[in-house]
Amino acid sequence: MKQLSRSRQESRAGWLMTGPALAAIGLFFVIPAFGSLLLSFTDFDIYALADLRNLRFIGLENYGRLIGNPLFWQAMGNTMWFVVVGVPLLVATSLLAALLVNAKTLRWRPVWRVALFAPYVTTLVATAVVWNYLLHTRYGLINYALGKLGVGPIDWLGNPKTALPAILLFVTWKTFGYNMVIFLAALQAVPRDLEDAARVDGAGPWMRFRHVTLPAIAPTVLLVAILTVAGMFQLFAEPYVMTQGGPAGSTVTVLYFMFEEGFKWWRLGSGSAVAFVLFLCILAVTLVQLRIARKAGAI
Amino acid sequence: MIRGRLLTLLAALVALLVMIPLVWMVAVSFMVPGEAAQFPPPLFPAKPTLVNYRTLFEHYGVGRYLANSLLVSSFATILALVFVVPAGYAFAKLRFSGRDAIFQTLVALLVVPGQIGMLPLYLELKAMGLVNSYAGALVPWLAGIFGIFLVRQFCLSIPTELLEAARVDGASEGTILRRIVLPTLKPVLITLALFVFLGSWNDFIWPLIVLADQHLYTLPVALAALSREHVQDDELMMAGSVVTTLPVLVLFLALQRYYLDGLLAGSVKG
Repeated sequence: MKQLSRSRQESRAGWLMTGPALAAIGLFFVIPAFGSLLLSFTDFDIYALADLRNLRFIGLENYGRLIGNPLFWQAMGNTMWFVVVGVPLLVATSLLAALLVNAKTLRWRPVWRVALFAPYVTTLVATAVVWNYLLHTRYGLINYALGKLGVGPIDWLGNPKTALPAILLFVTWKTFGYNMVIFLAALQAVPRDLEDAARVDGAGPWMRFRHVTLPAIAPTVLLVAILTVAGMFQLFAEPYVMTQGGPAGSTVTVLYFMFEEGFKWWRLGSGSAVAFVLFLCILAVTLVQLRIARKAGAI
Repeated sequence: MIRGRLLTLLAALVALLVMIPLVWMVAVSFMVPGEAAQFPPPLFPAKPTLVNYRTLFEHYGVGRYLANSLLVSSFATILALVFVVPAGYAFAKLRFSGRDAIFQTLVALLVVPGQIGMLPLYLELKAMGLVNSYAGALVPWLAGIFGIFLVRQFCLSIPTELLEAARVDGASEGTILRRIVLPTLKPVLITLALFVFLGSWNDFIWPLIVLADQHLYTLPVALAALSREHVQDDELMMAGSVVTTLPVLVLFLALQRYYLDGLLAGSVKG
């Protein structure tokens, strides 16, 4: 009898303790996420915002209109560029940094780890403003350094050809430390004696990396790649602060496009369709990555 | 020995390269207006001055934005802890019907990025009268699935016998949480608080959407607006960037162990 009442007490406490968090998640996360799908089938705009009676259900019309919108395709193309070029670049940069910081004979390791990680915790908007000036055509440090190497001044953010690479350079600087820390943890779990055995067998650094280290950290490479893909799909503040999507739409990302549809033009129906397409893209790319990894035997 | 020195030198060079933007930001913030726009670009102020900081606080009301950021981030942190910690503990240690199914649903939801629901969330908060208020800015931080996950992981290592013993002694579930569980959670509480504080402080897109009145702006939103008006004022904008990012950078440096531990615990989730 007493046992029963105690388990009932425990169950009640369980619901009381999870209830507020579950309510918040439902209200501020799950309902909006599903709402996004519903909203994408309507013509919700500034008139509906004023009076809900102006709201109409229009089926897939928003999606159809997106397919016919060149700026949407430009945004998709730019975001895909960040995924295709940016993800390998970021994974490689952070892995190289992790290998360097993990080197057995390196001294003052914690200092280098913190220094390389620091950009990740800075405020994105603030450092984007800093990079705006670093990338300045005439007075920027980057062109100054390139000038020393004999490269003429580059109008980084003013030229449609270089604006995207310039933003990627900033994104790499800002986020590689995060991946590096994850790689460092994985590298520290690679058994040293395995590597020593390979060394005794006469394997050089590259052979040791290729045949001992890389297989051991393959699942981490996959994890980092998946996290980076999600990050690349969510670039927004970078173009907002550095280029405002320009020049000529060359740095408009999908999220930037969604923001403008929704909160500049108040086309919330169409903006929701963009949000949903974005979600499907992240999901699709992640599933492809998992498949490739499974085929390669990484997981 | 020589290889060790060379590697250390290489690491120092890389670290220097990575730190240059931040060092340069601080250096330029102390230059007199116009000093940075020269060729070759100066690296250090000839005569260090606080005039940019004074201009920011006296003419552009940055004190107000700083206070807004502190307010929003502090409340987001406190509320997130209040919502998340009991839930994380309950998912780890209390038996109730549906617990595992709900938790698995939450883990599956982790793949859904928050931006997906931003437009409906805006409409929802508008209907609740929370648009254009501090409360609207911190609402997403209450729905912290990641935090629940983090706290649950940590609570799994608390021995169940300890809780059972307290129950036999007649302690209520609330007392057990407060007296026995919370003290052992201190490291994970610091980690979680740090994550939410830094996350809400650095957040940009949501406060940009939900805060329309300039006097409610958080620092990143205000800085983005200022930077559009003051493209030519390098020194002023660098001072603004320092004010915006220094608090979180210092907080991270002081508590880096907790931050990095949490980051790794989170990445193991896969």
